[in-house]
Amino acid sequence: MRDPVSKTIVDIKPSGIRKFFDIVATMKDAISLGVGEPDFDTPWRIRDEGIYSLTKGKTHYTSNTGLMELREAISDYLKRKYSLSYDAASEVMVTVGGSEAIDIALRAMLDTGDEVIIPQPSYVSYEPCTILAGGKPVFINLKEENCFRLTAKELEDAITEKTKILILPFPNNPTGAIMEREDIEAIARVVIEHDLFVLTDEIYSELTYKEEHVSIASLPGMKERTVYINGFSKAFAMTGWRLGYACAPSVILKQMLKIHQFAIMCAPVTSQHAAIEALRNCDAEVSSMKQEYDRRRRFLVHSFREMGLSCFEPFGAFYIFPSIKKFGMTSDDFATALLKEQKVAVVPGTAFGASGEGYVRISYAYSLKRLKEALVRIEAFLKDHEGA
Amino acid sequence: MNELRTKILNYIEDNARVSASELSILIGEDEEAVEKEIALMEKENIISGYNTMINWDKVGVEKVTALIEVRVTPQRGMGFDNVAKMIYEYPEVDSVYLISGGFDLMVTIEGMTLKEVASFVSDKLSPMDSVLSTKTNFILKRYKDHRIIMTEEKEDEREMVSF
Repeated sequence: MRDPVSKTIVDIKPSGIRKFFDIVATMKDAISLGVGEPDFDTPWRIRDEGIYSLTKGKTHYTSNTGLMELREAISDYLKRKYSLSYDAASEVMVTVGGSEAIDIALRAMLDTGDEVIIPQPSYVSYEPCTILAGGKPVFINLKEENCFRLTAKELEDAITEKTKILILPFPNNPTGAIMEREDIEAIARVVIEHDLFVLTDEIYSELTYKEEHVSIASLPGMKERTVYINGFSKAFAMTGWRLGYACAPSVILKQMLKIHQFAIMCAPVTSQHAAIEALRNCDAEVSSMKQEYDRRRRFLVHSFREMGLSCFEPFGAFYIFPSIKKFGMTSDDFATALLKEQKVAVVPGTAFGASGEGYVRISYAYSLKRLKEALVRIEAFLKDHEGA
Repeated sequence: MNELRTKILNYIEDNARVSASELSILIGEDEEAVEKEIALMEKENIISGYNTMINWDKVGVEKVTALIEVRVTPQRGMGFDNVAKMIYEYPEVDSVYLISGGFDLMVTIEGMTLKEVASFVSDKLSPMDSVLSTKTNFILKRYKDHRIIMTEEKEDEREMVSF
């Protein structure tokens, strides 16, 4: 029999921490600080709109691009929040989560051999999606001494003649790093000078705890070379609704839409109706969730520093990314030992790229009460391993 | 109101038992300043008290809560304040509100038997000179109180680990 599976797919390496996840799966009584989704349920008014749309029989396909009313709401929201101007009819499309948008943007823009610069540690899908689109991933190892921000110099050094796209994953999962205005202005200058395109994944943009988030797409000369990706999962606690969106110049968006149209048809209609309510009437809910995350963030950073765990202060998303280098273990060993000895699950930094070695990702999408229980166990673990 | 007060009050409204040291970490302020501000607000009666939400149903203690709508005649020069005082001075009265709409005062009474509430209404409340009429509503089930949902407990159903 011939090999039934594609060589390209087989060559995509499975997550390097498979073993760790196999253990997690068997330990149902562990305290997990490992999730990448909000602990809050979707605000009721959003759920209620979803239900209402169902009672009205809104159960059919929508246009491939998504409901016009939703696209208009997205366009208004982005204008209001981030001073972005996207035409609802030609520059906005609704996708199945931000993750679909990442995939189809790369497929729409890459030819075989084009290089994609991926700063790491970062979300797990950029590399495989680049490879599946025929591109070549080129990694930049972000550094803690730069607060895990991307510098213009690091970008310059990674650019070759084949570079086409820079992926900009800020606010960042897993580090919690943000890029402030002067940081992205420096990046934009390099991007324009080298005629690159940017895929900016701003799924955590509502969750910043310093200055207001600034999108690279709002800088002069950047809109025409940016695919802007966002979604409802993190800001509105809507992970299970699978809804995101992409905004881009129509010349790019048209090609993305082709892939979406053939592979997906359209995003779930119930989610689309609910999302209109999210964008228009949920500022209070969003800000109260953000306030709660911010408190937990302060609490965790403070507690870890008290325990003697070195931890730069993250200003975005809902993760902290402490360094575990002084324990002389790899991230994977550290996470496995913590799980086995104290039954606390955290994610090894290496899940997010080789440069995550020496770190673990700790999510604070948990109640303060839960975090405190976990901290007691982590502290005991650290004591046991100090001076090892 | 200053920013520190807003931050403190926002948090302790739902978490009265937080210590000053923990609160100062959560809101990113100096511990001593937080402690001082709380003491000051207690003194100024901005923080008027700290209550505990108890789900009495769960321990099988029978409690009766009544919401009594009261229509009264306002008194010259006193408005409703005088009659409100005559009602709220009774220790069994839980709260008294002046209400807009079809009646004037909303009085809540908690922790007594049906019979005791009935006799409070007929012996004390109704006979008051300015009270025109009363309507007593008994609470049958407490679904949500002070932003706390009393009727359901939720498990964390999320996957243990996700990216």
